[in-house]
Amino acid sequence: MIAWTIYITFAGAIVLLVVPRGFVRWIALVTATAGFAISLVTFFCDDVDLAHFTTVMRVPWVPALGMNYHLAVDGISLTLVLVTGLVAISSVLFSWDVTDRANEFFFWLLLVVGGSYGVFLSADLFLLFLFYELVIVPKYFLIAIFGSTNKEYGAMKLTLYSFFGGALVFLGIIAIYVNGGSLDLNQLAQFQFAPQLQSWAFPVLFLGFAVLAGIWPLHTWAPTGHVAAPTAGSMLLAGIVMKLGAYAALRVAMNLFPQGFQMWRTWIAVLAVVGIVYAAAVALRQRDLKFVIGYSSVSHMGFVLLGFATANVFGVSGSVLQMFSHGVIGALLFAVAGRMIYRRTHTRELDALSGMNLARTLPFAAFTFVIASAASMGIPGFSGFAAEITILIGAWKSYPLAVWITGVGMVLVAAFTLRALKRSFFDVDLGGSAAPSGDVKQMSASPTQLSSSAERSIHLEPITIPEKLGASLLMFATLAVGLYPKLLLDRIQPAVEAMRFLK
Amino acid sequence: MVGLISALILIPLAGAGALYIGQPKNARTVALIFNALSAFYALMLWQKFDASAPGLQIVERHTWIPSIGAEYLVGIDGLSLLLILLTSLVFPFAFCAQSRSAGERGACALMLVMQAALYGTFTAQNFVLWFLFYEMSLVPAFLLIKIYGGENRDYAAVKFFIYTFLGSVAMLLAFLGIYFAKGTFDFGTLAGLGKSGLLSGNLQWLVFAGIFLGLAVKVPLFPFHTWLPDAYQTAPTGVSMVLTGALSKMGVYGFIRLLVPLFPNEIRIAGPWLLALVVCSIVFAPLAAWAQRDLKRMVAYLSINHLGYCLLGLFAITTKSTSSVIDMQAALSGVFLQIFNHGVTAAALFYFVGLIEQRRGLRGIDDFGGLMQRTPLLCGWMSVAMFSSLGLPGLNGFIGEFLIFKGSFATAASFTAIAVLGLLFTAVTFMRAMQSLFSGPLSESCSSFPDLIRSEKFVIIPVTLLMFAIGISPQFVFDIFNATVVQMARLFA
Repeated sequence: MIAWTIYITFAGAIVLLVVPRGFVRWIALVTATAGFAISLVTFFCDDVDLAHFTTVMRVPWVPALGMNYHLAVDGISLTLVLVTGLVAISSVLFSWDVTDRANEFFFWLLLVVGGSYGVFLSADLFLLFLFYELVIVPKYFLIAIFGSTNKEYGAMKLTLYSFFGGALVFLGIIAIYVNGGSLDLNQLAQFQFAPQLQSWAFPVLFLGFAVLAGIWPLHTWAPTGHVAAPTAGSMLLAGIVMKLGAYAALRVAMNLFPQGFQMWRTWIAVLAVVGIVYAAAVALRQRDLKFVIGYSSVSHMGFVLLGFATANVFGVSGSVLQMFSHGVIGALLFAVAGRMIYRRTHTRELDALSGMNLARTLPFAAFTFVIASAASMGIPGFSGFAAEITILIGAWKSYPLAVWITGVGMVLVAAFTLRALKRSFFDVDLGGSAAPSGDVKQMSASPTQLSSSAERSIHLEPITIPEKLGASLLMFATLAVGLYPKLLLDRIQPAVEAMRFLK
Repeated sequence: MVGLISALILIPLAGAGALYIGQPKNARTVALIFNALSAFYALMLWQKFDASAPGLQIVERHTWIPSIGAEYLVGIDGLSLLLILLTSLVFPFAFCAQSRSAGERGACALMLVMQAALYGTFTAQNFVLWFLFYEMSLVPAFLLIKIYGGENRDYAAVKFFIYTFLGSVAMLLAFLGIYFAKGTFDFGTLAGLGKSGLLSGNLQWLVFAGIFLGLAVKVPLFPFHTWLPDAYQTAPTGVSMVLTGALSKMGVYGFIRLLVPLFPNEIRIAGPWLLALVVCSIVFAPLAAWAQRDLKRMVAYLSINHLGYCLLGLFAITTKSTSSVIDMQAALSGVFLQIFNHGVTAAALFYFVGLIEQRRGLRGIDDFGGLMQRTPLLCGWMSVAMFSSLGLPGLNGFIGEFLIFKGSFATAASFTAIAVLGLLFTAVTFMRAMQSLFSGPLSESCSSFPDLIRSEKFVIIPVTLLMFAIGISPQFVFDIFNATVVQMARLFA
């Protein structure tokens, strides 16, 4: 049943190519909703064993090479399928105003979604790699065609980083296939690879996947890519694509090479902690709202990697929860910045926004952004808190020092989030504080500036219904999981316990 | 009674004769009709071919010059059939790309002669006959570049001729050496003798070097590749397609059919050096491509890289006697598939470059920009060909490369690991090209750029579908050569 998420999404994508323009967004919405509904049904019906990576479909594909079309599901992949569905629906809703080449836009969008479903559900290494690489192409076109600021550069950088990671992964997969003699992830998970092989194959494979998860110092594609992408593109990137890397690192690199993982996990923890603190510090200095959010994504994905490095049930379960949580929150933040603010004001510069008094003109946007910021900062009651606290409990057991440093990072996250929130929505004070340099000029021009910005704020188009729907959906998700994390953790934890790299 | 294979060889020759004698107005159509006929024969061969049986099939044998052991001996196994199918596919594709210019008739006739020579090369099982066809392809290629080429054609044509001719002479001398020692030109017999050592002492190495040189120039392998960018760049589109799609396969075919079976011991000793050359081809060629400003030259360099993968798989499994049969079969299947894939994909790339050039008269990478806005269809289909060439999963290039890497990794892990860099550089090169051609602001000179017309779509769509078909379910291609792979793996082991 869960396999239909993939088929429906790809079928929807193909239908989009032939239907007239008027139906496009509705079909995209129906497709995305159907995918989400299917994963919800699987989630609440207990007919699949979610504690193990249970095969749902297995058909020989290229028998000569041992390739199978093999799909499986467990608590971890189902959680990620859920967040994919959520982000897919909301990104369609937030793209409701796309009219230029709309068929193409939603086609690429659904390809990213379908490919991601494929990655999360693949139980065959070859199939997983196929879907993984398949996501690169639509990503490129989404950004290069429909993006904004510096889109060619951002698209190219993202694609090159993806290909670089892909080349490393390719090498690792070859090593697995040659030594393990199979491509079946469940079979390989039982196989004992030689320690010598694990010692080098693990870092190659892990790093290859982690590029897409935004591991420091290979994270630089993420902010530029997010900024260049159209709103839905940023939402998909932050919400889903970064999870592909983290998920595959967990499912393939860590699960198949437990000894290699033990050898290298301290280094992963170091990179993760540096990433958390560094990205947060950089975010504090950004002038472009989307850059702030882009770096915050890197910082949040650092938590995921830190959770992996702990190698205990708490840490890894927390990571999976954090993937869900950040998927929802990241998408929400980008939706506000890209659709609600940028499409109306045509600027994302914090300096410019601070004069517009947006909290008054766009109250719903302000409300959404407050919720999203709170969730992003890790305020209790939102999913971010539940996830990060679980990770930190796990980290405390393995790397107490890392928890202290991460604590500093969390303060920085709160700082940049509050700064962005204040500057973009609640800065009523015009002129002077907004532009540190050229104060005098700004001051003297302030009467006209004031009138013009006030005028502009009057003309801002109110928040539309689809936007409200999409934002509510995501806010509901983060609150629901934040208030009752057991909902997801009950499914995640047994699946994590079944993995063999745990200490 | 003429056999199927002989008929296949004769049809294009007849076509060339018809063009020469009949002087029809629309030479391209005539050539395409003869191609349809030869494609029909190729399909009949495929149909008659028993995929489960190893060894030569549909053999025709006639005495020819008994005094020197030359026979007319043609037959096919899985590899030959694959290459025949490829040739039958690439040539019509290339004819469609030929522009309808004044010299059309001569060019078409020469290409048909080349096609006949290729069919002969891929089916001949006796050295004298094989060499005859091998050389027969050289002359039309030379003339096509020399007469119909673009800028710099004299230089390129002469360079091409000298390189390949030197290689051929070296190979001929080497085979004479073998003949005087063993008294036979028959491939099958010679391959059987290879294990015990064909010759003795230094002569052995001399002969090995001669054959290696001849084939390495043809493929081409670094550092014998320098004729290729010049030749491919200046040749007209259709000729470039044929050169890369079919002619370059003669070299790889020779390596598989001749060098590896005849000199297993030598390859084992020289293996690491050969692999080093191959890895240089794989890594340096895309870097060189990256530096090119001319699209055609860029694609030409990438062609060197792709054929490098074929040789990587071949040498990696024959270097060590310890390689397991499974790895050998994987690598050989990969090599065969890669041969086919590269033929289709590289030809398609040259076709697209030709389309762009035809619209604008220029093909520099900087002469264009923002084409995506003007010609979404052209850009979309061309992107598919590019992605196929850089080995994106789901398209044909990936399966072959995956198998080659899988097979070579077991015996030559370090060389294979370095070769992965080649994949990355290829990707970078293509992405750079796509970016500067397709995206960005629409450059003014491209504002009247027309999109694909119907006849072009008819050419592109089947080829693209084939790329997807092989990428998604490659089994039908494997079925052609499975038995041959098993047999060859046993021979090489």
